[in-house]
Amino acid sequence: MQKKSIRRQIEITISIHQSHNIKTKQFTFAFPPNELILESGKKLGPITITYETYGKLNKEKTNAILVTHALSGDAHASGNHEEEDIAGWWDKLIGPGKFIDTNKYFVICSNILGGCRGSTGPASINPNTKKEYATNFPLISIGDIVNVQKELVDHLNIDKLLSVIGGSMGGMQVLQWMVAYPERIKSAIPIATTMKHTPQQIAFNEVGRQAIISDPNWKNGRYYGSKIPAKGLALARMIGHITYMSDDSMKIKFGRRFKLNKEKYKFGAEFEVEGYLHYRGDSFVKRFDPNSYLYITKAMDYFNIENGKRLGSIFKGLKTKILVISFKSDWLYPSQQSQKIVKACKLARVKTTYCDISSNYGHDAFLLEVKEEGQIIKHFLNSVLSNDWKESPLTIQKI
Amino acid sequence: MEGITINNPENLIECKTILDWISAESSVLDLGCGDGELLSLLIKKKRVQAQGIEINQQAIQNCIIKGLNVFQEDIDSGLSDYPEKSFDYVILNQTFQQVKKPAFVLEEALRVSSKTIVGFPNFLHLSSRLKMCFGGKVPVTKSLPYKWFDTPNLHFFSIADFIEYCKTKGIKIEETVVISKNKKVRVFPNIFGEIGLFLLSK
Repeated sequence: MQKKSIRRQIEITISIHQSHNIKTKQFTFAFPPNELILESGKKLGPITITYETYGKLNKEKTNAILVTHALSGDAHASGNHEEEDIAGWWDKLIGPGKFIDTNKYFVICSNILGGCRGSTGPASINPNTKKEYATNFPLISIGDIVNVQKELVDHLNIDKLLSVIGGSMGGMQVLQWMVAYPERIKSAIPIATTMKHTPQQIAFNEVGRQAIISDPNWKNGRYYGSKIPAKGLALARMIGHITYMSDDSMKIKFGRRFKLNKEKYKFGAEFEVEGYLHYRGDSFVKRFDPNSYLYITKAMDYFNIENGKRLGSIFKGLKTKILVISFKSDWLYPSQQSQKIVKACKLARVKTTYCDISSNYGHDAFLLEVKEEGQIIKHFLNSVLSNDWKESPLTIQKI
Repeated sequence: MEGITINNPENLIECKTILDWISAESSVLDLGCGDGELLSLLIKKKRVQAQGIEINQQAIQNCIIKGLNVFQEDIDSGLSDYPEKSFDYVILNQTFQQVKKPAFVLEEALRVSSKTIVGFPNFLHLSSRLKMCFGGKVPVTKSLPYKWFDTPNLHFFSIADFIEYCKTKGIKIEETVVISKNKKVRVFPNIFGEIGLFLLSK
């Protein structure tokens, strides 16, 4: 008789903030010999995922929303942690009485696989060597990231998510959910994202990676326990921030103003915009692992849900209701890329709504232009939740 | 671009006519769907599979509130993505006179639909004619309520113009309803009609 291997799972609650009902938890699974098989064919396990939830899951488990974060995000999407007092990265959007109302919805956000904010990534300890994985960490894909999120959703006993929502790389994860687990989502909201990176987008990521790799402190990724390649990571972040803003938003925010009490014509940060980029770069170093930056940007560059398929066949048969959002001043993930997603939905006859929101924030608009974006998301979620008479009889979904 | 407002009883005949023309459980694309009133009505009464295209941000939000699927796109370019006969019906109600290239848009609408519904204000309605002849000014009437300097209407034509155009392009007019003061006009429609509604195919 074959011996059944028991699938071991561990759940730890790190902290509970009663006032906001925010729970930071960890879920560990894929213990050997049941490691997760990655898209590359390599095995990885055990895997720990750090996640937070906001609001309450209803009895029928029909009000769960998964929020997926972008490159530098983490599980902390909403509310304030008492010990850090840092608001979640989408706090303007998610919370009690907010656009994604946690009095009504149960919102889940997890740090991605390969990340460095509590989930398994290159800075985690490899159980075989008892040392950090560093560059021995296997290459991961957006598909792997989503597969891990699916494990978490399974673990929470949620059969069908009301929606999966995310911007930028978070939007890639949303698109991946649409093709990998269409039967597990009732709706999806990909924001300011793309079905695949263009050469320009890959190029920006490569400059960021090279900034890290060419930092002498990088040492082939084996810098743990010594000086980290801080200069390289800060530089990567500075380049990133230029691409997240627009020409207009920079003019409004900084103009050509100088920082005060500085002598001119020195190669320091004299202009306000320089000071801002330095500040952004330096603060990023305190919370982000350079190797994670390398792995995650690679996952973004390799992401391609078109993958040689005809545009009309990508979302064929998808019963999920889709809301695509882009921002007019976003030149990193320009509206045309969202419109291509819309075109793929059109050709597959998927129920789709598309909004191209006016904003001069550039790519950052998905985090900042919350009023317009929030209203649209709020009304869209309402209509998905009510699942009312608008559903066509031909495609009506039985609950 | 604004679609039909059903709260306004004057539009009721327009709505009824479109409802009559559209068969149950068909697929409908409304170009310039406005707040989505017409599409909501079609879903309610005819259980159609509805899609709207609209450019105005606020109107789109109102569509989303109604649970409609809508694309924020320009009508002038929004149809190119669709293969032929993607919809049973395409509706261009009170938006046809507002597009930049009406000939192209109509051709595209006919290409992607089995049947196309076009509704527009008759520029040569009697009151317009009188205002032009005796007032010496560009007419402002119920069906053409805008002043010359801020009108969304880009093209001015009559019911006769439209019928002639369809003939020259080989577009089949399956049904015509001309409306004035919420009643169907049967005599001299090009003079007494305020609004022309056409069911077309090609």
